Amino acid sequence: MRPAFSVLGEAWRNPAGRAGAILLLVIAISALVGPWFLPDPLAQPDILAGSVPPGLGHPFGTDQLNRDVLARVVAGARVSLSVALLAVGLSVTIGAAVGLVSGYWGGVVDAGLMRLVDGALAIPRLFILLLVLATMDRVPLPALIVLIGATGWFATSRLVRAEVLRIREETYVRAAEALGARRRHIILRHLLPNTMGPLLVAATLGVGDVILLEAGLSFLGLGVQPPTPSWGSMVLDSKEVLVSAPWTSIFPGLAIVITVLSANLVGDALRETIDPRSA
Amino acid sequence: MTHVLEVQNLRVSFPADHRRVYPVDGVSFWLDRGETLALVGESGCGKSLSSLALLQLVPSPGQIDPGSVIRLADTDVLALRGEALRRIRGRRIGMIFQDPMTSLNPVFRVGEQIVEGILAHFKITRAEARGRALHLLQEVGIPDPVERLNAYPHQLSGGMRQRVMIAIALAAEPEILVADEPTTALDVTVQAQILEVLDRLRTSRGMAVLLITHDLGIVAGRADRVAVMYAGQIIEEAPTERLFANPSHPYTQGLFASVPRITGPRRRLNPIRGNVPAPSAWPSGCRFRPRCPKAFDQSEKEPPLLPVEIDHRMRCWLAERDG
Amino acid sequence: MRGWLLRRALQAVAVLAIALTLLFFLMRAAPGDPLSRASEVRPLTPAELAGLRARYGLDRPLGAQYLSFITGLVKGDLGVSIEYARPVTALLAERLPATLLLGGSVLVLNFTVGLWLGVRQAVHRNRREDRWLTAISLLGYATPSFWLGLVLAWLVGIKLRLLPAAGMQDPLLSFDASLGVRAGDVLRHLVLPALTLSIVSIAATMRYQRTAMLEVLNLPFMMTARAKGLPEREVIWRHGWRNALFPVITLFGLWLPILVTGSVFVEAVFAWPGLGSLAAAAVWGRDYPVLMGASLLVAGLVVLGGFLTDVAYALLDPRVRLA
Repeated sequence: MRPAFSVLGEAWRNPAGRAGAILLLVIAISALVGPWFLPDPLAQPDILAGSVPPGLGHPFGTDQLNRDVLARVVAGARVSLSVALLAVGLSVTIGAAVGLVSGYWGGVVDAGLMRLVDGALAIPRLFILLLVLATMDRVPLPALIVLIGATGWFATSRLVRAEVLRIREETYVRAAEALGARRRHIILRHLLPNTMGPLLVAATLGVGDVILLEAGLSFLGLGVQPPTPSWGSMVLDSKEVLVSAPWTSIFPGLAIVITVLSANLVGDALRETIDPRSA
Repeated sequence: MTHVLEVQNLRVSFPADHRRVYPVDGVSFWLDRGETLALVGESGCGKSLSSLALLQLVPSPGQIDPGSVIRLADTDVLALRGEALRRIRGRRIGMIFQDPMTSLNPVFRVGEQIVEGILAHFKITRAEARGRALHLLQEVGIPDPVERLNAYPHQLSGGMRQRVMIAIALAAEPEILVADEPTTALDVTVQAQILEVLDRLRTSRGMAVLLITHDLGIVAGRADRVAVMYAGQIIEEAPTERLFANPSHPYTQGLFASVPRITGPRRRLNPIRGNVPAPSAWPSGCRFRPRCPKAFDQSEKEPPLLPVEIDHRMRCWLAERDG
Repeated sequence: MRGWLLRRALQAVAVLAIALTLLFFLMRAAPGDPLSRASEVRPLTPAELAGLRARYGLDRPLGAQYLSFITGLVKGDLGVSIEYARPVTALLAERLPATLLLGGSVLVLNFTVGLWLGVRQAVHRNRREDRWLTAISLLGYATPSFWLGLVLAWLVGIKLRLLPAAGMQDPLLSFDASLGVRAGDVLRHLVLPALTLSIVSIAATMRYQRTAMLEVLNLPFMMTARAKGLPEREVIWRHGWRNALFPVITLFGLWLPILVTGSVFVEAVFAWPGLGSLAAAAVWGRDYPVLMGASLLVAGLVVLGGFLTDVAYALLDPRVRLA
């Protein structure tokens, strides 16, 4: 099992993965730094002025409330990326924990947990979120992140469990058990490091999924609430002026595509290094 | 005299980093009707690749070097493409592969897989083909052939699967049979049976057999001639009896010496020291030199095949020095 | 196999039961009040509100509520829509066909175009065609379906005026129009939503099939098929693809939730009168009973889809069928 850093290093050599990583970095940096250079996205909307096509003053144009689209896209990046990273972090942690416990303890605990996961996987994630979010008046951002994170660990737990089952039978684990190592020690020292690879892949690909999910929720009005800009809600707003101001829809959409694409490229590159069969 | 199969200077290359490596590096041999040639060597010596090259089945990105020659009587195999190539596969050379479990398609019935091979080369009806398949199953010694025709591979034992493989290889009545490690994946008791079948078929059909193996044990008494391969080259070739009586190349001698014996006085095991080199790192000069107990200064030059006695050659300077 | 099928069916029922129970607890544990926004849609008298609450047993203890939930399910009573004041079951039944039509056509496209492209990619691995298709599939996979739908609706429907961009039928079509004309009209309306969903889903199907096929291409029995002299087309499609189907069939089971999710957005954007747009409208209108009903139905469909997948797998893989 190769240490985490060498895996990252090898993935870097993959040109597609490298491109994805660089893109992500660019997006992240502009999200962090951009707002300083750009007009305030939450500035008082000027209802009378109307939208302006892309031009010198506004590289991405302005929307129907004359808000600068570029500024809003960059601000939206901040929101989308932080939601994605935090939610995925939560999902991966829960998934790993459940998978480890289930795989190692086995027996009733394992059976029970996995039946639960099976049942949960039968309900599309979107519907679970819709059911919860539709009962709430306003959805504070932290709550949204927790909800998205709490619904995304099912598949990961199965993955981790499968890895644990495989490794548990390996001789070095048996040897450790025979030497009387404590359970916790075995889990942390032997099982967990070996699941890092698949976990990393799942996390990176999960980022792409969450960005799409959050955008979709915002499009339905249930995700990030205005006035905080979100790519999804920008697309929602653009519906009314789609014909007259198509740029209000195109740029946020492209932002989603490019970000998710980059995350997937990185995830694919990682997957290829860990399991090179599928290149 | 035209041999049924003639291979000259066969070289197969694979890309590695920015150059090419040659896992098969100048191999030459021939086959005559009714005889068995054993190609012997450890894994990594290039014997399997050599056999795949005979049907242009070298997996990509491997390539057969243009300087190689493979002739089937008067046909230049390497010049064939497309349909012409397809016609010799199975029809003039049949191949048996190592692991019958993975070499048979798990989702098709065994009979179907034989019939396919027949219909690919003979314009007969399916019913006729089934009849021939049945006959083949009998020939390879499968009991209850009628039932077995409809069986799936996973329903048969390892030995029976290998017999089916042989039946498939013979389906189009080839003149040459290539058996790549036909018994390696089988139990010892079954091994002998399979080799019996191969022998019987060879005599009854007058085929030429190329037997590829790492096991010297199955060579004795079954092969007419032996060629020993090491690091992509043939390093010793002789009629079987001569080779067993007088193994001359230090590698061959090492092979014989390292076989553990049940009978006789107890001795230490005598492995050949060192490891088999990888194609990307063939040693310069004589390729066996790093591991050879008899290496001397001449070994720094790569030796050609030199005569030891009649019909017996080896790739070693010792032939000159001691001969 | 019969025993195995029975066990699978029972497992599916168990999973469904767990899913339904989870949904129930979701409803109970929701931070807000499912009926809190009910009055926003249609002014409800306190009596009506109380009636709704009693209906859902929201004022009763957990056990009793669960019981009435289950009995309601068994009787086919999923409550009453707040917005439409009609039974949820009736609404679902009304909207299901449109979604089946959309989902069905997307599935057909996935399992024809998607599979075929994936196989081509694997066979021409790393060549130009493969690289282009990979790029396209990566893009497709990263595209939000609602945005793609809007773009296509605008481009094709409004700017180019080639196809209708909303609804399932032309409201101006006369009542006595023939079946053929009606069908044609529906089909024209189907194109854009189906195309949108297909682009996003085929992107993933293609990738999956490519991976599955690549694994199969390297399996030994492919070599056997070639060595028999079968034409390459037969080797790829008959021997190879038949085995590469299995992971893709499993994919179908996983795909259903994704397809359902995508249809919520696509149907909303194109005003396609199916379950997806019903769910989307229920979200906007805070029509909780409808949302719950749709979720229950979807969970049932997903479990059914998974079970059918298992059955298909068993039928196609003789190793499972004859175990």
